[in-house]
Amino acid sequence: MADVILEMRNITKTFPGVKALNNVSFSVTQGEIHALVGENGAGKSTLMNVLSGIYPYGTYEGEIYFQGSECRFRDLTESEKVGLVIIHQELALIPFLSVAENMFLGNERAKNGVIDWNESISKTAEFLERVGLHESPNTLITDMGVGKQQLVEIAKALAKEVKLLILDEPTAALNEKDSEKLLELLLQFKEHGISSILISHKLSEVKKVADSITILRDGATIETLDCRKDNITEDRIIRGMVGRDMTHRFPPREKNIGEVIFEIRDWNAYHPIHEDRKVSNNVNISVRRGEVVGISGLMGAGRTELAMSIFGRAYGTRISGKAYRNGEEVDISTIDKAISNGIAYATEDRKAYGLVLIQEVKNNITLANLEEISSRQVINEPREMKVTSEYRDNLNIKCSSIRQLALNLSGGNQQKVVLSKWLFSSPEILILDEPTRGIDVGAKYEIYTIINRLVSEGKGIILISSELPEILGVCDRIYVMRDGKIVGEMPASEASQEKVMKHIMTQQEATQS
Amino acid sequence: MKTTATPHETNAAGGIMKTLTGLFRSNIREYGMLIALIAVMVFFQIQTAGVLMKPVNLTNLVLQNSYVITMAVGMLLIIITGGIDLSVGSVVAVIGALAGVLIVRYDVNWIVVVAICLLLGAMIGAFQGYFVAYRKIPAFIVTLAGMLVFRGLTIALLRGESVGPFPRGFQNISSGFIPDLFQNEGLHITTLLIGVLLSILLIFLDVRGRKNQQKYGLEVTPFYFFVVKNIVITIAVMGFCYLMASYKGLPNVLVLLFALVTFYAFITSSSVIGRRIYAMGGNEKAARLSGVNTPRLLFYTFINMGILASMAGLIVAARLNSSTPNAGDGMELDVIAACFIGGASPMGGVGKVIGALVGAFLIGVLNNGMSILGVGIDWQKVVKGIVLLAAVLFDVYNKNKNA
Repeated sequence: MADVILEMRNITKTFPGVKALNNVSFSVTQGEIHALVGENGAGKSTLMNVLSGIYPYGTYEGEIYFQGSECRFRDLTESEKVGLVIIHQELALIPFLSVAENMFLGNERAKNGVIDWNESISKTAEFLERVGLHESPNTLITDMGVGKQQLVEIAKALAKEVKLLILDEPTAALNEKDSEKLLELLLQFKEHGISSILISHKLSEVKKVADSITILRDGATIETLDCRKDNITEDRIIRGMVGRDMTHRFPPREKNIGEVIFEIRDWNAYHPIHEDRKVSNNVNISVRRGEVVGISGLMGAGRTELAMSIFGRAYGTRISGKAYRNGEEVDISTIDKAISNGIAYATEDRKAYGLVLIQEVKNNITLANLEEISSRQVINEPREMKVTSEYRDNLNIKCSSIRQLALNLSGGNQQKVVLSKWLFSSPEILILDEPTRGIDVGAKYEIYTIINRLVSEGKGIILISSELPEILGVCDRIYVMRDGKIVGEMPASEASQEKVMKHIMTQQEATQS
Repeated sequence: MKTTATPHETNAAGGIMKTLTGLFRSNIREYGMLIALIAVMVFFQIQTAGVLMKPVNLTNLVLQNSYVITMAVGMLLIIITGGIDLSVGSVVAVIGALAGVLIVRYDVNWIVVVAICLLLGAMIGAFQGYFVAYRKIPAFIVTLAGMLVFRGLTIALLRGESVGPFPRGFQNISSGFIPDLFQNEGLHITTLLIGVLLSILLIFLDVRGRKNQQKYGLEVTPFYFFVVKNIVITIAVMGFCYLMASYKGLPNVLVLLFALVTFYAFITSSSVIGRRIYAMGGNEKAARLSGVNTPRLLFYTFINMGILASMAGLIVAARLNSSTPNAGDGMELDVIAACFIGGASPMGGVGKVIGALVGAFLIGVLNNGMSILGVGIDWQKVVKGIVLLAAVLFDVYNKNKNA
């Protein structure tokens, strides 16, 4: 019975400056559904990328055994050949091709380079039947909902004669009914001897289908729980996920919280493409002078979408709601107006949205407030050099010169450049979206110090973070967000990791009300 | 002026070398192209037995390339935003045709016609810019359509035949020289006077810039270097003006070009709008999230291009002394090539006016030199194509080496 189909031994994977996986061992037995859980950044996706050959053999340490023989995958096609198929959170389907075309992409039913469409289509229909999807093989992917697309991905895996199916957050974008269907399908596969690895944040799902659960934390395996023997509660899983010592240090701060300086009421926003999807749902939040307000939640909970919709409607459509600054309603309908009303938004994705990488550090710092260093539309470059040098010194940005390209800075220093840019626009309210993502501990501490300095100057800060210790260590008050709604609010003094995590994870009340 | 040795001033002998290598390294692309240009000029100077650098030929060179340079400064802005404009050759034609029809057939005063043409150029730019910036249609498609539309309109306007000749005043736009106020025999005094004024202005600006740098406590180049640099520039300016003065003086077109290049070099390097254009080309999303109104900026760059293309159209018509249906045919390619040879990146965000100018001259000298040597148009195209490829290859090589 308990034949081990996959065994990963002592896997260590290092990225420049970060040890993403530290001596992780992980094994899956034949015909089981094995859940892999952990916080964002715990190393789940990295582990799966090592397994599937996205990080090729040689870039990590450790050994992988699949069905008894050692595997040294150099890329995805090699792992797929032995029956290991990974389905990513972002689906890998080509939107303007049909289901049948996608089904055999890279695996075409062809003779001498000529595709046999009859065979392709009849086979596709067969696989669609197996996953319970009643669609024509000729339907274009773009015309289907996400739920159905997910099923196509799974059918595609079947076409590759999958033996071990890896699903990375498969239900993150699905509604209740589609999720249900997908989980049923996994159970069916189990009957037919196909094993699955399920990465999920939704513990209720994990509890429902998993035969065993492995918990990762900070790039290490914490424990593997066997659900067939014991009755594992969600609380038990959560404890495993967050139960770390508070090794992070947060600089102390004297609290001096004043009146409400910024508030949004009844804020609604819709997805820019899927216009019926609500990404912000009746959100009310406020921030006081000298206060750090945290917004906690999982990826996809709608935190970034909320922040960007507030910041001059940089995201979303059909945005409604009111914004108040110091009690008076303000117009923040364009980014320009938001900035001039004292709002700044430092993005979570500094490379794509925060920096002009091919330009100098100084140009990046002044971009949001060129008026300050120019007179009559002419830039005073010596003045620019001077003010940006001051930011470099104050924020301790390590660069060879203020004229170095942003491209060549480390992640932490790039983040400080983004912060400098927004500080230079002299805002009153700063929205910091994952300001410490992907940067090392030392740089994190410096960012926290900057946050403390800003609130002591009387600014209000909204901190979006996926790291619970950070939220607890830095914030005065915490909002919890899920599915575009605020589902909890508590002062930091009353919060604990378990309490916040429970709000994040508990599904029932929110989805059924 | 006295050398006040501030602590920020790097010192003497070793300092000069350091400054020079530093300057060279940070501008390797521009200097590389400049060296290539000089090498090509020396080559043709020898091959043509000195014909290339004769004043009359230099004037010709400038006139022949004037429209390419006029449009290259506008094209550069568009390329920096990450776009392209394929329609400029056809805009040159349609504007020339309009000028021809109005002046020759309807006898409208040529100054009025120039104003109308520039306005129409702006409208053409606005028309194309609207689709690119606000309807999000790729610039390549919009301007490809424009290329066809405006060429067609040209032929319709001219009913397929050439229209001309133009009155003297209009012709002088391209073939005239600035008037000599002193009626001197031999040397053209106005030209020399302009040279002197220009030299003084340049020295004044440099001194002011240096003072401003010192005011903010920045490191400045050593004083010797500063003096030598200004002397060299003054000699170059005066030498050039003397060369021109010994012929007929400064051509009108050259004065226009100088004004355009200076203006756009200033816009791109020192103005808020220039900074925003570079930011937008480097990372449109980041620029937008920093409060830059990117669609409007893109719209403006197209209006600007329309005006410049229309200027070029007038120059071409005046130079040919007639409006022809196939004026400006293929010119867009020379303009785009000048920008890319000059170091602009097709991905956007990178490119300098000086680079585009050098690029335009490189193409121009190649054209001119090969023509004097009697190389056929066929091989001229081959050589130009190879130069374009080599220049971009040089860029890619440099980039990979630095990465």
